Amino acid sequence: MMVRIDQTAKSGVASGLGGRNRLRLVIVGFAMCFALITGRAAQLSLLAPEVKKIVRDDHYRIPRPDIVDRNGYLLATDIKIASLYANPRKIIDVEEAIELLTAVAPKLDSKVLYKKLTKDRAFVWLKREVSPAQQLAIHNQGIPGVGFRNETVRVYPMGRLAAHALGYVDVDSRGLSGIEKYLDDQGALYTASLAKPEDRAALPAQLSLDIRVQHALTSEIKKAIHVFRAKAGAGVVLDINTAEVLAMVSLPDFNPNDPRQAQDLIRMNRVTSGVYELGSVIKAVTFAMALDTGATTLEGRYDARQPLVIGRARINDFHAQKRILTVPEVFLHSSNIGTARMALDVGLEGHQAFLRKVGLFERLLTEIPEAAAPLLPKRWSKLATVTAAFGHGFAVQPLQGAAVTASLLNGGRLIRPTFLKRERETVDGFAKQVIKPETSEKMRYLFRLNAQRGTARKAAGEALGYRVGGKTGTAEKVINGRYSRNHRLTSFIGGFPMDDPKYVVLVMLDEPQPLKETHGYATSGWNAVPTAGRVIARIAPILGVEPRYDEEERARLTKLRSKDQGY
Amino acid sequence: MLIRRTDRGLLASWWFTVDWLLLTAVLLLMAAGVMFSLAASPPVAARIGLDNFHFFVRQLFFAGPAVMVLLAASFLTPTLVRRISLGAFVAGIGLMALALFVGPEIKGAYRWIDLGPFNLQPSEIVKPSFVVAAAWLMAEGIRRPDMPGRWLAWGLFGLFVAMLTLQPDFGQAALMSMVWAVMLLVHGLSWIIVFGLAVLAAAGAVAAYQFFPHVASRVNRFIDPEKGDTFQVDTAVRAFENGGLFGTGPGAGSAKTILPDAHADFIFAVVGEEFGLAACAVLIGLIAFVVLRVLRHAQRAEDPFHVLALCGLATIIGLQAVINMAVNVSLVPAKGMTLPFISYGGSSMISMAFAIGLVLALNRRAARAVPTAGGWRPLVAA
Repeated sequence: MMVRIDQTAKSGVASGLGGRNRLRLVIVGFAMCFALITGRAAQLSLLAPEVKKIVRDDHYRIPRPDIVDRNGYLLATDIKIASLYANPRKIIDVEEAIELLTAVAPKLDSKVLYKKLTKDRAFVWLKREVSPAQQLAIHNQGIPGVGFRNETVRVYPMGRLAAHALGYVDVDSRGLSGIEKYLDDQGALYTASLAKPEDRAALPAQLSLDIRVQHALTSEIKKAIHVFRAKAGAGVVLDINTAEVLAMVSLPDFNPNDPRQAQDLIRMNRVTSGVYELGSVIKAVTFAMALDTGATTLEGRYDARQPLVIGRARINDFHAQKRILTVPEVFLHSSNIGTARMALDVGLEGHQAFLRKVGLFERLLTEIPEAAAPLLPKRWSKLATVTAAFGHGFAVQPLQGAAVTASLLNGGRLIRPTFLKRERETVDGFAKQVIKPETSEKMRYLFRLNAQRGTARKAAGEALGYRVGGKTGTAEKVINGRYSRNHRLTSFIGGFPMDDPKYVVLVMLDEPQPLKETHGYATSGWNAVPTAGRVIARIAPILGVEPRYDEEERARLTKLRSKDQGY
Repeated sequence: MLIRRTDRGLLASWWFTVDWLLLTAVLLLMAAGVMFSLAASPPVAARIGLDNFHFFVRQLFFAGPAVMVLLAASFLTPTLVRRISLGAFVAGIGLMALALFVGPEIKGAYRWIDLGPFNLQPSEIVKPSFVVAAAWLMAEGIRRPDMPGRWLAWGLFGLFVAMLTLQPDFGQAALMSMVWAVMLLVHGLSWIIVFGLAVLAAAGAVAAYQFFPHVASRVNRFIDPEKGDTFQVDTAVRAFENGGLFGTGPGAGSAKTILPDAHADFIFAVVGEEFGLAACAVLIGLIAFVVLRVLRHAQRAEDPFHVLALCGLATIIGLQAVINMAVNVSLVPAKGMTLPFISYGGSSMISMAFAIGLVLALNRRAARAVPTAGGWRPLVAA
């Protein structure tokens, strides 16, 4: 207490407060705080960077670049469309407004209109997407409190054609699937949004698709699904040297202008987002491997007299020949036993190494975000290798199968497929040599031979003169965890013209039914193969492949012509 | 009616002795608060499904009682100021205890008493009354060294902070600790103890950081905005940037449409966006004027009670304003603190009005007391 009195005496104030001089400190402290806050507020307000001036992002639809096919045909574009709104607070005479509006747009319900226009709001939508004629008429009526807002809408003028490749957008024009999603991820949207909406300065995205080929493929697959009463079907046409996707279809499909259906599982993109046991492709891969590693030659022979017994499993042939087959015969008869023995000759490790080399162990990624990973055997036992040699227990994307087949036929260069237009020269930078060019030549021979005398005969028969080569596959589908004899997935993979391969065609049918015309058969040779043949017959002229007939074909052609004249 | 200086009536003596400048500044602030509420609160009300003018109407409704409390308190004599404050303190602490048991739980805390149309937050009323009661006890301790006034004041402080911690309301507890520290400083605490307390406070802050996840997360987010959600503060900063010097104009701002606390803790940001830096500067100026003027009065006051009470009341208002605005301009980590006179909140507004009323009462020239040898003697006229 004494101390305090002393301090009081020192401060010269008779209050008895030791620290009253410290009030000055408090005052100065507060003054500094207020000055600091003012300074900071000034810094924020006056020195703000210009770009940060948006506090809330407005939900305007984003302008998107157009999408065109490889020849410049428009596949997707933005169009501007007016939408009708009203400010009910500014409407003077609600009855009159309703009368005028319904006179021009009879589809507007006057009761709904009345409810909307009497609301205590500053903004209500009356009709989204009004036609230009209606817009003009309503504009000319001059109703106070009624106006238009321009919105852009994404439109796909080709409708369902190439829907899976293009994908679709949501109401705010954000890409949700396919190339549209890819554009979003690539920032093309950002680029386009920088361009003024009036002048379409943003360059269109050019795809590898050829819409004419797309149409031919789609219509043939659709026909096949109908004729063979299949559940679904899919097809791909690849440029063999650049791996550009010229056409890709998966039916049933959807209309990107109204993408609500797109979510149905049945409408998924079977070419990239589903994986299948593509016996046709995988057998060809086994052949290429065995020939390339020197495990066998075209003169090699394989014993197919007895089923191959591995542990408790017996491997049979579908068309059992019960004899010793040469390598081309194994290919022609699609012998499981022969193919399995071929894989065993290469060895388990060699087999896996080769499958990995051709990329079948990895998920194939293209521009399209929907991409499924392959389904592989959990353990590579001897049995797994043997069955994988002819495609059992080993499922990949059909597009992956097409790309691998392209590499077997094009001289051995594995190229990642693309949906964007690509020059042949750019491919050299990343093409991967997976088999020797000589092996590729042998594969072309086998493919062509198979179309002349083997299971793919009907493809060549439908596309006379186009030197078709191909391999077929009939996989039994797994129903409730077992392979079912009556649920098949048939496929054809091939190329044309085989003397200088340019295009790969893949056709796949899900559960085609046996018909009287196919003599009760429902294997690939009776449905997928002739479908592929018709596809080739339609697209070859479009793609500029000239027909050249050999003696046999000339004879058949003459016969067909005379038949035509007979009618 | 002409009020004569010779009139010795209650009203007349008030009229000639009240601090008109201070009163005007505070009334201006309250009017500004109502106006800003009109700008900031409708989107908040609309967002939570209330009538657009819900908060505005309530703010207007509370402004009436607040002005009445202010004026009524300003008529008090120093003796009444002390007695009413002590009474309010006891009643407030009682209500705080009651709230712990019967109060509604809001966001995990029991701070309110449900009075039907609105929730009363008793701690708000305790704040100014605590300052006055503590100042009185301390002053008594100086006047009569045989009285343990200082320790009783410490007791009041301990009780108040304990109640706040129970609710829990760490923000208010921290605020009152700072106010108490300023009062101790002015009372004459030796610098050694001041530094000791500062170390203790730092330790407390570290402990809060360690043991209370929400404190830790707020600090972390402030130091490293990448780490988490700094949505409110970011939006506030962008609001100032959007506002510029003169603002976007009333109603044209957009921060209020997304800021959950646009009408309360972040109203300063809304002012910054819609009325611009100019209005912010005026607002800061008004608040600074009020705070510094009260502190000046404290400096000039002669008896310890006045000095301590005025200084404490000014510090409550000043600290709350400084912390709130500093959060808004992203100078310190986010802390829930209302902007005195401006933010929405009935209890807070009445509490602030009560504080200013007490200041005006203590500051009336005629009502001042001078120490004499025998004790306190009221000074009839200045």
